[in-house]
Amino acid sequence: MSPTSAPSNEPGPGTAAQGATTAPAPPGRTGRGPRGSRRPLARFLARRVAVALLLAVAITLVTFVLTNLVPGDPVSANLGQQALGDPAIVAQWRADHGLDRPLPEQYLLHLEGLLHGDLGMSQQSHRPVRDDLAEFVPATLELAGTAILISLVLGVAFGVIAALRRDRLSDHVLRIASLIGISVPTFWLALVAFYVFFFRLQITPGSGRIDPGMSPPPQVTGLYTVDSALSGQWDVFASAVGHLLAPALVLALYTIGLLTRFTRSAVLEVLGQDYVRAARAKGLPGRVVLFRYVLRPALVPIITVAGLAFGSLLSGTVLVEAVFAWPGVGQYAYKSATTLDLPAVMGVGLVVGLVYLVINLVVDVLYGVVDPRVRVS
Amino acid sequence: MKRPGVLDPERRAEIRPRRVRLPEAWRRPLAVAGGVIALVWIVIAVAAPLLAPHDPLAQDLPRLAPPGAGHWFGTDQLGRDILSRVMYGARVSIPLTLLLVALSVLIGGLLGAAAGYFGRWVGETIMRVADLVFAFPTVILAMVVAAALGASLANAVLAVLVVAWPSYARVTRGLVLGVREREFVLSGRLLGFSAWRSLRVDVLPNVTGPIMVLATLDIGTALLLLSGLSFLGLGAKPPSPEWGAMVASGVEVFDSWWVATFPGLAILTVVLAFNFLGDSLRDALDPRTARAIKERAL
Repeated sequence: MSPTSAPSNEPGPGTAAQGATTAPAPPGRTGRGPRGSRRPLARFLARRVAVALLLAVAITLVTFVLTNLVPGDPVSANLGQQALGDPAIVAQWRADHGLDRPLPEQYLLHLEGLLHGDLGMSQQSHRPVRDDLAEFVPATLELAGTAILISLVLGVAFGVIAALRRDRLSDHVLRIASLIGISVPTFWLALVAFYVFFFRLQITPGSGRIDPGMSPPPQVTGLYTVDSALSGQWDVFASAVGHLLAPALVLALYTIGLLTRFTRSAVLEVLGQDYVRAARAKGLPGRVVLFRYVLRPALVPIITVAGLAFGSLLSGTVLVEAVFAWPGVGQYAYKSATTLDLPAVMGVGLVVGLVYLVINLVVDVLYGVVDPRVRVS
Repeated sequence: MKRPGVLDPERRAEIRPRRVRLPEAWRRPLAVAGGVIALVWIVIAVAAPLLAPHDPLAQDLPRLAPPGAGHWFGTDQLGRDILSRVMYGARVSIPLTLLLVALSVLIGGLLGAAAGYFGRWVGETIMRVADLVFAFPTVILAMVVAAALGASLANAVLAVLVVAWPSYARVTRGLVLGVREREFVLSGRLLGFSAWRSLRVDVLPNVTGPIMVLATLDIGTALLLLSGLSFLGLGAKPPSPEWGAMVASGVEVFDSWWVATFPGLAILTVVLAFNFLGDSLRDALDPRTARAIKERAL
């Protein structure tokens, strides 16, 4: 069994990556003339980008269908009792929002708007959804990005340690710790962390992105840590980092557990290979064997899981943001979903779907970079 | 730090077999612990009316009383006994979660098997739909579905189902693809097995192991997602003793820590139990894990 098929047995790795890795392609099907073998990496990338574009269109369709073919009625969710009693107002409102057109036409209108960067007006905030998202997306990216960095560093390190010290005490401790990590309800942990570290011990700042009374740094990237550093406002920077730490750690716990487990099994699998034994046998120092011979092939499944982990981080932000009053996409999504604010829901679905798509594309590309076999399959 | 041989598990096993190494049985306790915790919860769920000291809905105790005699887990802001509510909560969450996972296995498994076995456009269509579900983070998609259907526990279950089946479809398809071309399956077809019989007799037994592992681990994930939706107010309705909703009610009375703590611990222990079980099961069944590697070497 070729190791390329390994990721297919893990629960739900990144989307398009699957096509490239499930089955080792039969030799007869790869030979598409001499042109195919000339620039395998470029061709591989082009194919991946094409698939991603198709998926992007499909995502717009899904968000549209999801928000339109559902029983919830946006009219009753948005108009008051009195207005609902007046058919003229209802009809006017439906016409204003294009709801009186047939669905395919609504979809085309929606697509046309998207191409112009128009995501519609939020029925809740009465602002363009684009502006709402521009405000909330960076907050979530900052949180999720910090969390994924923490998880990658700690998760891979713990996984390698567990694999190298297999069946020893540290391995067992890490195993139990990582299982606890993936078992803790994120929303509950957020609450506990908030209570213990802010309310009781007062070693972390409270909710929000910076201390109350501080004004946010001039917007460049929308990430408070980066923006404040760029403008040299170090007090704001310190506050932003302080506020980021607790929710990011809470968010990261699950992915640390996940990455530890997968890194461990990936490294163990490589450790059992003959070429690792050969490398050891010819007297290479342990460090060289670890980094050059073990970690690199082990990276393929780790990258898969990291992409997957980022998805679960985006999920987790919804719950963590609710507790830490973090003004991000999660809170926005929740508010618009519960009030049936369709344009906002579509906008969130679209943006989050696209972010996720880009992550999966990056994962695919990294596959191709790390494992040359993927490029030609 | 010099540790020659530490990189090679086989060599280490030969040279110093029992130095710091824990006995083989040490791995089992995780499965045993998981089984015992799960069993305890199932007993609680079944016997909650007998075990619970109070009526979970009765509002007749002092409000927000800290844990103490008479009410070990304290009382909530409406004067209800939290211990009783946590116990009754097992009747809500555990059966629903098990049902949810069983349905996902069934739906995802059937679709995945069809996709892997028949291939072509059937398979392509199914897998592209699965891809689309994977294109969204689970909570966001489940949240949108649950909100669109209307906030209720049944709709929350449905929403989790929507996001849960594709992983089974994908794994089953991968496994079936791997088995489909093997000699024993082909010879079955040559002997005149129908597609259905071939799937049932030759393919199915070879894919159940990994699916079982995934399902066991997924029980925890499903419970986390379901209670997360309830926490957001998209699942169980207020008086119902659902754990996620109970944690949410603890947010309102922040300094009464016990209101949110105990239902959260209930979720944690149930999820942990099934993760312990699933992880041990994976070790026992997965040919790529450490144990299998070691056995092959011996």
